[in-house]
Amino acid sequence: MRALLALISVLLLGSLAQAGDERLDPRNWDAVLAEAKGEKVFFHAWGGEPRINDYIAWAAETVKERYGVRVVHVKVSDTAQVISRVLTEKAAGRHEGGTVDLVWINGENFAAMKHQGLLRAAPWSTELPNYRFIDVENKPSVALDFTVPVDGLEAPWGMAKLVFFYDTERLSEPPASASQLATWIADNPGRFTYPQPPHFIGTTFLKQLLVELVADSDVLMEPATDESFAAAAAPLFDWLDAAHPKLWRKGRAFPRDYGGMRRLLADGEIDIAFAFNPADASSAIASGELPDSVRSFVFEDGTLGNTHFVAIPFNANAAAGAMVFADFLMSPEAQAKKQDPHVWGDPTVLAVERLSAEDRARFDALVLGIATLAPDELGPILPEPHPSWVSRIEHEWARRYGVVQ
Amino acid sequence: MSALRLFPIAAFFVLIAPVAAGLAGVFLPAFGYLPVLGRSALSLDAFADVMAMPGLSRSILLSLGSGLAATAISLLVVTLFVAGWRGTRVFAALERLVSPLLSVPHAAAAFGLAFLIAPSGFLFRLGAEATGLLERPPDLLIVNDRLGIAMTLGLIVKEIPFLLLMTLAALPQTRAGEMERMAASLGYGRIVGFVHTILPALYGQIRLAVLAVLVFSTSVVDVALILGPTTPAPLAVRILTWQQDADLAMHFTAAAGAVLQIGVTILALVIWLIGERLFGFVCRVMALSGWRARADMAMRQLAAFVMALSAAIVLAGLCLLALWSVAGPWRFPDPLPDSFSFSTWMRMPGSIAAAFGHSLMLAGASAILAVVLALGSLEFRARSGRPGPGRALGVLYVPLLVPQIAFLFGLQILFSYLGFDGAFLAVLLVHLVFVFPYVLLSLSDPWWAWDPRYGHAVRALGRSPNVVFWRVRLPMLARPVLTAAALGFAVSIALYLPTLVIGAGRWPTVTTEAVALASGGDPRLIGATALLQALLPFLGFAIAALVAAFLSRNRRLMRAGA
Repeated sequence: MRALLALISVLLLGSLAQAGDERLDPRNWDAVLAEAKGEKVFFHAWGGEPRINDYIAWAAETVKERYGVRVVHVKVSDTAQVISRVLTEKAAGRHEGGTVDLVWINGENFAAMKHQGLLRAAPWSTELPNYRFIDVENKPSVALDFTVPVDGLEAPWGMAKLVFFYDTERLSEPPASASQLATWIADNPGRFTYPQPPHFIGTTFLKQLLVELVADSDVLMEPATDESFAAAAAPLFDWLDAAHPKLWRKGRAFPRDYGGMRRLLADGEIDIAFAFNPADASSAIASGELPDSVRSFVFEDGTLGNTHFVAIPFNANAAAGAMVFADFLMSPEAQAKKQDPHVWGDPTVLAVERLSAEDRARFDALVLGIATLAPDELGPILPEPHPSWVSRIEHEWARRYGVVQ
Repeated sequence: MSALRLFPIAAFFVLIAPVAAGLAGVFLPAFGYLPVLGRSALSLDAFADVMAMPGLSRSILLSLGSGLAATAISLLVVTLFVAGWRGTRVFAALERLVSPLLSVPHAAAAFGLAFLIAPSGFLFRLGAEATGLLERPPDLLIVNDRLGIAMTLGLIVKEIPFLLLMTLAALPQTRAGEMERMAASLGYGRIVGFVHTILPALYGQIRLAVLAVLVFSTSVVDVALILGPTTPAPLAVRILTWQQDADLAMHFTAAAGAVLQIGVTILALVIWLIGERLFGFVCRVMALSGWRARADMAMRQLAAFVMALSAAIVLAGLCLLALWSVAGPWRFPDPLPDSFSFSTWMRMPGSIAAAFGHSLMLAGASAILAVVLALGSLEFRARSGRPGPGRALGVLYVPLLVPQIAFLFGLQILFSYLGFDGAFLAVLLVHLVFVFPYVLLSLSDPWWAWDPRYGHAVRALGRSPNVVFWRVRLPMLARPVLTAAALGFAVSIALYLPTLVIGAGRWPTVTTEAVALASGGDPRLIGATALLQALLPFLGFAIAALVAAFLSRNRRLMRAGA
């Protein structure tokens, strides 16, 4: 037993060896392609949506044919599991040959990985061939992930925007702002809920309220302090204090995740739900998960929007293959297919107007789904607050509402 | 003899070393030692953080209460049912359901239960249809209720078949028939007669299984995630949430939480052991009073009813899973879907085939290895100077008594350091840790119940102990050996966290795919994947039964046995 403890403490100390393969330079793309050939890339990505899984399977098949890169989709139920895994590997001193080559990530998870040095250190994403089409000018969140500079450590994959949806058979006039929603909840007790924080979609809803209700939203772009949090978050918690007794199950239980909330809408238990993908309602109607009377709406003053990315951990075993796959995911071909509501419906990160006529035509040919708002109906994009606000909100939420008497 | 000694030694290292290493990997960070995160000074800060978590005492009480209640109630139901109905046709009918019920994984049974009892579930749809009163599901907190009643119910319906299986295996060693006749001739009713004459010996046999149920129930994750309360959740679920927090400092909190979980489980065991004493005392007082309790028909009927109800709940849940998997639009309050479609099954990703293959390989290999190790260890014990179910093999049950959430992440650190995680052998090894104790547990009773005089007879004819083992003991014990293998197979199929954490996601199984897909919340997918999850263990039990029937086709006594 003593020997075992000694072994564990040795391994927990970790070695001081430096992170692996830094000589790989995406500016020399031919060399990357050559090295990538034959590599097996383990892509850790949320696996709860068959549509998305199918899309990833298609992309994997394509890069295998074109570049000889084998991509294996490791389906996870929560991205935080992956971060925990990479951290464990760092703790165990495994500086190369890691088990994660590419991870689907953004926001708080990216901030944590960047801060802890769990990402490939040298900037790479901005050097990828297809990065030149990225819409950096009009989509600031491709370079600032929840206000944290991306610094070329993750490659933009898709755009997210908070969109609400409701069943037109049960609700005629959806609320158009946080305060209207509060009034509606008071008038219709038991008909609204949100996934329990810290599930990210529930936390996103709290951030939407925070951004909308705060007096001056500039303070949210800075790291939160005790004073700024107390002042800025007060309206949010006033809103929640008033709403909770009138929520579904009187706020004594919450759906576990986004899927659980969508299910409640499908069952008629609640009247309003929300997603981080404008096409989600249409896709869910197409697959029979939601009735075809469901439609989308947004708040008048805008809703939160952000970008989701793919990142390479510091100890990835197949970094070259991961870069090739990330580059393909940014290609006009893959991006247009991803935006097709019959495939996934995830908005592109590219500046479509800068593409060749042929590639533009791919996007022009897309037809919006029955419940999807047109781009000009989606309303303004509200930027995400600094990640430090997230943990404070979640902590305060758990303190106030996590234990119901 | 010398070669046989290797079996218990191998079993010891395969089981105890990973658990010990895993525990070390949790205890060190719990006390503030994880240098890569910049902490190497021993401290109790992490425990202070855990204690400061809102609602922690409630989480602890939930884990304790639901674990103790689920264990006590399932044991009570099984005991009363066996006491009241042993040897009857009712008993034989329900006995046949044990294997199918055991083959339903906990998570699948929990989803089925939710589809049955939730306000938008089948029972409320039937009620709404019958009364016409409900247009929408009522706003009632039934699933995820704050006292954990739904979660406890989900545990009970799954633990009953397990305890019944263990009881069936142990009964032959209790001379139940003789005892029953004696108690009856003294004028005792069936139940009280059973409690006085058979239960003491029987409980001794199944005690370890009962304690394993208690440990499992106080630290269960999957059932708690599906049916358990969320404001706050039971302790094990909260540990998992901390473990998976993007704020990496929470790992210390999670480690301290895991240590706390061990404490909670130990506390539950202590409470249980005190309960055992109290129950023994009550029994002695009852025996001295001479109370015969002859009119126990009402109690017997209640026991049979509850038993049948628990089986019906699991089977109804399975039917609902199947129905959802082929349902088209199915809105409340329709009791049946508007239309049926196989699109969910057609859309099943191709990856599910690979997952099936991995499940088969892992479960097959771990079940076979566990049976071989268990038989070798038992045979070693049988040939040693002190045959019998003594303490020497007891240490091999340790993994049953340690909550999995407590050592898994520590084990991940060790395997990661060795560059061993993600390897098939690593996943197989960790499956073996969980599979072996259950195999040994189910094999042990019939093994020692075997009459050693058969062996003496063979030895007297001049044949070696090996001949006794291969030609007599093993063939005679074919049925329990096959049942143990099927149980081990089922345990392996249902493992989620160990497969994911140690396998680095590289060995997706039916269960890991099912959990990933279930996170999307689509009841059609949940239904289909849960059925797939139940299919393999069910086939395992079915094949075990068929092979056993084939081997004993012209041996009447073996068919009656076990």
